[in-house]
Order: sequence, then structure tokens, then C-alpha cells
Amino acid sequence: MSSDSILSVDRLTMRFGGIIAVNDLSFAAERRKITALIGPNGAGKTTVFNCITGFYRASSGTMRLTHDSGKQIQLERLNDFRISKQAKVARTFQNIRLFPGMTALENLMVAQHNALMLASGLTFLGLIGAPSWRSAENRAIDQARLWLDRIGLLERADDAAGNLPYGDQRRLEIARAMCTEPALLCLDEPAAGLNTRESAALSELLFSIRADHGASILLIEHDMSVVMQISDHVVVMDYGMKIAEGSPQDVRDDPKVIAAYLGADEQEAIAVMESGT
Amino acid sequence: MSAPAPEPAAASSGLNAAYIFKKSLISALVALVLFSLMIGIRTEAGPTGQLVYWTRFGDLALMVAGVFGGSILIELLRRWWGPVTVTRVVPASVQTGLALARRAIAPLLLIFTVLVPVIFYDQRYILDLGILVLTYVMLGWGLNVVVGLAGLLDLGYVAFYAVGAYSYALLATNFGLSFWICLPLAGILAALWGVMLGFPVLRLRGDYLAIVTLAFGEIIRLVIINWQSLTGGPNGVSGIPRPTLFGIPLTPGDNGLAAKLGIEFSPTHRIVFLFYLILGLALLTNWVTIRLRRLPIGRAWEALREDEVACRALGINTTTTKLTAFATGAMFGGFAGAFFATRQGFISPESFTFQESALVLAIVVLGGMGSQLGVALAALTMIGGFELFRGLDQYRMLVFGFAMVLLMIWRPRGLIGHRAPTVFLKHSHAISSDLVKEGHG
Amino acid sequence: MPTRGSDLRGNGRVNFSSGSGMDYFAQQLINGIVLGSIYGLIAIGYTMVYGIVGMINFAHGDIFMIGGFIALIAFLILVSVGLTTVPVILLIVLLVSMAITALYGWTVERIAYRPLRHSFRLAPMLSAIGMSFVLSNYSQITQGARVKPVPPIITGGYTLLEKNGFVVRLSNVQIIVVITTIVLLAIFTWLVARTRLGRDMRACEQDQTMAALLGVDVDRTISMTFVIGAALAAVAGMMYLLYYGLVDFFMGFVAGIKAFTAAVLGGIGSLPGAMLGGLAIGLIETLWSAYFSVEYKDVAAFSILIVVLIFLPTGLLGRPEVEKV
Repeated sequence: MSSDSILSVDRLTMRFGGIIAVNDLSFAAERRKITALIGPNGAGKTTVFNCITGFYRASSGTMRLTHDSGKQIQLERLNDFRISKQAKVARTFQNIRLFPGMTALENLMVAQHNALMLASGLTFLGLIGAPSWRSAENRAIDQARLWLDRIGLLERADDAAGNLPYGDQRRLEIARAMCTEPALLCLDEPAAGLNTRESAALSELLFSIRADHGASILLIEHDMSVVMQISDHVVVMDYGMKIAEGSPQDVRDDPKVIAAYLGADEQEAIAVMESGT
Repeated sequence: MSAPAPEPAAASSGLNAAYIFKKSLISALVALVLFSLMIGIRTEAGPTGQLVYWTRFGDLALMVAGVFGGSILIELLRRWWGPVTVTRVVPASVQTGLALARRAIAPLLLIFTVLVPVIFYDQRYILDLGILVLTYVMLGWGLNVVVGLAGLLDLGYVAFYAVGAYSYALLATNFGLSFWICLPLAGILAALWGVMLGFPVLRLRGDYLAIVTLAFGEIIRLVIINWQSLTGGPNGVSGIPRPTLFGIPLTPGDNGLAAKLGIEFSPTHRIVFLFYLILGLALLTNWVTIRLRRLPIGRAWEALREDEVACRALGINTTTTKLTAFATGAMFGGFAGAFFATRQGFISPESFTFQESALVLAIVVLGGMGSQLGVALAALTMIGGFELFRGLDQYRMLVFGFAMVLLMIWRPRGLIGHRAPTVFLKHSHAISSDLVKEGHG
Repeated sequence: MPTRGSDLRGNGRVNFSSGSGMDYFAQQLINGIVLGSIYGLIAIGYTMVYGIVGMINFAHGDIFMIGGFIALIAFLILVSVGLTTVPVILLIVLLVSMAITALYGWTVERIAYRPLRHSFRLAPMLSAIGMSFVLSNYSQITQGARVKPVPPIITGGYTLLEKNGFVVRLSNVQIIVVITTIVLLAIFTWLVARTRLGRDMRACEQDQTMAALLGVDVDRTISMTFVIGAALAAVAGMMYLLYYGLVDFFMGFVAGIKAFTAAVLGGIGSLPGAMLGGLAIGLIETLWSAYFSVEYKDVAAFSILIVVLIFLPTGLLGRPEVEKV
């Protein structure tokens, strides 16, 4: 494991009653790299995500996040909103969770909530319309505009998020997560339901996020072409355990991985093998 | 009570007299069974405490015949309008027209409201009604923060109204504090109660929150009834001081406002003053709410209504966000309560029953969740309508209840079915309420 | 009537001589169980409707009140036509009030809820509140606002214990209330667990769309849920009439809130939970009145609700709700 890992998960275990969803899992995500977490359905990937982002409380194990400044945070000690607020871990959801009745722009404004709360003097400065608040608000709008531009939705900024096409919603959710200025971005199946062109655009977006913002990305993905194309490092899970780890090429050729996918789902195993050729 | 027949509008095969007749006959039969004992027989405790009864078969026959005729009428109307009746009563063009006219409605309504005391100066009844409507507009706007914006279902809002009213009443009668000192205090106390009550229960979701807030509302009312040494129990608090215009009382005496201005005293002055007072308070509520919606806290409320999980993933502290919504709504309720106390001069627990909470909630929902104008229109409709039916006397609650049912069936999303964005780059498009969530908490 | 427990409505007094120690406690326990049975019967209606359509049926408390009135009127008629055999009277009154009240339940669903079946969440709730106003006002108009007292119909009872002048009594009314409750609960549990209707109900509870695809008549099943709930509420209304000897148009509201409290306490959607919750509320209320203050007994019941929901959000027997992320 590299010493410059942004996130190192150590012996993470998650039990639900008698079921062990994640069993003694250890892996690391490197700084400014894209790490992919793959595995057959039901392997426990989303559970790992939910532990990292504070939606579940892990049964045991540690998750250490190291910021660029060298500050270390034990994620298992934080919960709920504090993971995003203090540890700067942002996430997206498998089944997109935008604010459908709010515009695309508003979605990105909500993402900047904590910074704006401070700028508005916990609402009081904002209520009286203090100049400092006004300028902070304009900066937030500029930031949102920037992201809307990057995901190609500037024209639809004032449309309700729930009215956007599926692919746009996916990208908007990523932009919204990025508006919280995260150190680690966790994406739960960002390419799910996207067509080839859209998933190519997604790959490009992720590359640019990594390059321009120095963000580290951890993602769960089923679309192997996306995984093979953009990941720097791949962790394979099955039945809650890590069965392989390494570069995309290493993992692809690993017989254990192929067996796991064959055992779970033939289609996906074929997809794995074909994506290599 | 008309009981539609069990079959859904199955036979759409044109006008079928036999079908309509059969359906209405079934309705009439249902009505006959329903009313048989309740209307056919009247019971009463006799002079000796013994229960006596007499029959009212005439009334029963009349009611059943009424249901039969009513069913035929409804069926015919249904044929005439097409299979879906109620939702088509207001055509789509009127609805979009309403949406377009929104911008014009609000200022016109405001101008009219400001002029009401001038136009109706001699009509005490209209002024009183206006004050009543404005009180409910204010309560509706206050609850709108909680229910409409934050999506938290509060069935005990009247508790904060009561806290505000009793705070003013007790502070004024016990310590002689003036209305203008008590008003903010009443608001702050209500907000504190909001936080105190809110803190433990805001983790609850949906209907659990509803029932717990209802329980809180009842607890507060019961405590008021039973804590006789403080609140006077069921007898209430009387002799609550009237408001003054910054220290100048509106009385006929030498230091009254009329004497100072050198005009003849009239009791109407006080009514007009109260009218503008509640108008001012309501407009303050409106201004603050509109302002808050454009601040991060207001956006967080709406985001919370849309998706709480996503809020947490964005680092929003959902507990404090909910608490601020609760406290803000409670504060406005407290202001309204203080006004109510000073206007009435007498308060008792009877004014703070669940019916009040239900009425205010109905105003918010009928208004269209989160829409300020909608709430004002709904308050006008509901309270105005309620007054119109004053002549019906004992049938008033019956009509009111049916009106609530019909209004919900007619417009389940309220009068104003759009959400206005809080910030925009180029154009502000209204968002259809089909997309806007109602919240889970 | 030998013992009168605390009044459901909150304006009653406990009027038995204060005893001491275990005897007093035993008497309160009996009173509490009887009251709890009545709450439990009402609570079942709430829990079933909530389970199947996910709404609080605010009118259910008033359905209970209507059931009480119909039982009262049926009694009067039967007595005035000269029927004297008490068991026959009871049976006829039970059946009549169950049948008519069930039709009320059906009608309320048909008028106020079915048009809002797939509507927004708050609309049916407001509609239900409106319906509650309608029902209570309806009986106020048709039967007058005054409390209707009934002479005790069933008298007598058993003295379980007599010591130092304090008597622990179990009256015949109490026995009837508890036995009726147990029998009905058994029939009803069988209905839900074993019959076609019960299976349809459980299917609709899980997934209405899927149930409809598999040939379940969803509308009919939901109607039947309301009908059964109303019939049980009618039983509760009749038991209330027998036990307290009075009905009035306003009694549905507080009894309704408390029964809903019971349903939530037991774990909403769970039938044994509703009964258990009813018993818990009945006992808490009775014991609180007996040992602390009658005035604050409703406050105690509601406070318990709040405390339980905070620490045990799914109630005593409810299924834990796993948050889907």
C-alpha cells in the first residue's frame, strides 16, 4: 500500500443481524488517483460506501482519511453530515438523489450550504442584506455556473433538476458533490444507465476532475469499459471480502475475479473478458 | 351525505338511464342504512335522567330521497363533463391563467387589504372579519415555513399560538409589561418552546412526527387547563391590556390618541389600529420568509423537503436545519398569539384546540405547499367561507368538513401548484408541483 | 355499575375508595386492562388502515363514536319493544352496530379517501380530518350535543378479594368487555392469517401495484380493511357504552388520539402490537390516575407516546425500518 493514500480502510466489517455484508476488508485509495471498487451484485460494495460516508456505522475496523495538509481523520468516529462537512468526503447515489423540485442551479447552491451559512453570518447578515453576504452569494453563483458549464448544463441552469434527462442528472449529481469541495469523491455507479456516448463524456469529466481539482475519486462501477478506461487501481470484492487488487490489467486477468463474476453472473464475466480485447 | 355507488364509472357507454337509476338506488339504500338509526331515531336524556326517544321517519325519508336525487344529479353531471368529474371542474386554461395572473394578484390584493379600513370604515363587521382573516394568514405563513418549506408535518401548531397568547397575557397582567415589549418576548418564548419540543422529536419521520406534534399540542392545552394557579385553568385570563400606539393608548381619555390628535374619539380607531397591526405583523412574516428562502438556511429547508439523505451527504446538519424551521414557524405563531390575546382581551384554552391546528394546516395545504400567495388566498377562502356559513349555525362544521374533503379532491396540491425558484441565471421558470416533493418528516 | 374506571374523555373522576397496597393495585390493573381492551379494538382499525394505505385515518375515532351511538339507539329500541333477555339483546345490538358502523367506514373511504388514493401525501390526511369534523358534527346535529346516559344494562360481578374493607371486584361488564375483545381478536387474527381476504390485505400492504397485477382487487381489499376496522370500532363503541354508561358526540376525538397512540406504541401495522399498545395505554392511564393525578392522565399517555417514539421509533412490535440509501 502506498504511503500517500488519501483513504486507508483497515479490517472493515459490517454485520446486519446475522449477515456479514463486509468481512475484514482492507484497501487504500491513493491521492489524486481513481480507485474502483468492483464485484458482482451483492458483493457489499455499496455497504462499504455507506460505511465510508457515514450512513452506516461499521461493526468494526477503521477508515483513515488523510487530507493534503496531513491532517488525519478517523471516519468511523464521525457520522452523518459530519463526514461531508468535516472530513470533506462527498458522494453520489446509485439511484440519483437530486432535489428534483429545485433547479439545477439551486441544487448546486445547496451543495455550498456550509460555506454560505458562514458567509450569511448564520442567516442574520443575510437577512439584513449585508454587502459581505451579497458578494459571497455571487461567488457561490459563479462557482455553480462554472460547474454547470463543465457538465454542459449551463443552458438548463434554471430548469428543475427532476426534468433533466437521466444522463444530465447523473452529471449534475457529480457536479453537486464537487461543489462541496471534497478531498475524496465517492461515486456509486456513475455510469449506470448511461449510453456509450454519455459514459465517454463521464470518463472525460472524471479525468478532468482529477486533473484540475486534485480530487481523489473512489468509485463503484459495473460498466467494465469505464472501469478499465479510467481506473488507476481496482479492488475486487466478492461475498464481502476482497478477492483481488491491482491495476486494471492485473485484475482483468486474475482467474479469481473471472470465477467470481462467472459464479455470480455470466453476462458480467463475459463483459470482463471482452473489455480486455 | 351522498354515497356514490360502489361501481367505478364503468359504463361509459353514453347516457344510460337504467344504469344511473340503479346506481342512485344503491346510494339511496346505503343512505337508508346509514341514516336509519342516527336520523330515524332521536334520543335525549329525559327530565328524570332516563333516556327517551322519538322517531323522525319523515326526516329520514327526506334525507334518503335527497341522496337519491343528488346521486342522479351527480351522475348526470358526470356524464356531461366526462368520466373524470372533480378534477375537471376547473379547466386547465383557468389554472394556467391563475398562474399567469399571479404576479398581478399579489400587489392588487395587498393594495386592497391596505385600503380595507378606508373603504369599510363604518362596517365594524368587515373590519373584524378582516382582522380574523389576517390572523389566519399570518398563522398560515408561519406554519408554511415548517410544512411548506421544510416539509415537516406539524399537527400541533396551535401550541405555539397558545404559548404566544399566554406569554403576553401573563406578562402583561402580572408584570404590567406593554404590548411592544411582550410581542418579541412572546415570539422568543414560542421559538424556545419550538426548539425544546422539536429537539427530541425531529428525528422522527413522517406521520410519527405528525402524531407527536399533535400530542404536544394536546399536552400544552391540557397543562393550560390544569395549571390553574398560573393560567386560570378553563376560565382563562381576562383583562388583558389593549395595545397602545407606542405608549399612547387608544382610549377616550385625555391622554388617549384621539385627544392628542385633536380628533373626536371613536371605538373604530382601535379596530383600525388592530387591523394595521396584524397586517404589519403578517407582512413582516411574509417578508422574512421570502428573504429566508433566498438564504442558505431557506434553501436547506427546501432541500430537506426534497431529499433528506442527499442533504446529509452534502454536509447539511439536518437536525439544526429542522430545528430552525420549527423555531421560526413557532416564533411567528407566538407573534400571532400575542396579537390574538391583545385583540380579544380574554383568552381561554378553548381557543387552542386541535381544530385550530387542523384549520391552519388546511390553509397551508390548500394554499399550495410553500406558496405565500396561495396561503393568503386559502386563508381568505377558508375563513371567509366559514363566515359565510355562519348563518348555518350548527351545520357549519359539517359544511366545513365536507368543504375540506372536496377541496382536497379538487386540488390535492393546493391553489397555487407551482414553486418559484429562489435564484436563477437567466429566467425564473415556475416549477410544476408534480416535481416538488412534500417531505417525509 | 360497581366500578367505573377512569373516563376516556378526561373529564371523569376515579370514584372508588382509595385502598392500599396490592389490593388497590390489583383493582387498578383490572380497570386498566378493560380500558386497554377498548383502546386496542379502536387501535386495530388505525393500524390496519395505516398498514395498507399508509395514512392516519383521522375519522376513525369518530367512527368509534358513531358505533357507540348506534349501539345506544339499538338498545333503546330493543328494550322498548319488550325484549328482556340480556344475552339476546347484547348479541343483536353487537351485530346491528357492527353492520351499520361498518357501512359508515365503507362510505367514508369511498367518499373521502378513494378519490385521493394516488394523490399527494397530505391530501388524504386533510380529507380525513375534514371527515372527522363531518362525522362528529353529524351526530351532534342528529342526536344533540348533550351527553346520553344509559342505565346499567349488565349488573353484578364477583368479589375477588376482600380485606380491611377494601374490595377487589371484577364486574360482569368487565368480563364481557375482555372476553368479547379476546374472541374478536382471535376471529380477526384468523381472518388475516388464513383467509383469502387476509392474504389480499397483506399483499396490498407490501405492494399494491404488484398485488393488482396478480389479480387482487385492490379497491375491494382496501374497502374491506375500512369495513373491518369500523366494525371493530363499533364493538369498542358498544363496550364503552356498556362500561361507562354514556356516549356523546365529542368522545371520538380523544379516544381516537389515544388509540392511535396505542397503535404507534405497539408498532404500526402490527395487529398484536395494536392490542398490546392499547393495553399499555389503558394501564398507564389508569395507574397514573390512581397514583398521581387524574387531571394529568392524558398528559401522561401522550408523554409516554413521545418517549417511546424517541427511543423505540418502530414501537414495541413494529418492524424496524431500514433506511435505504
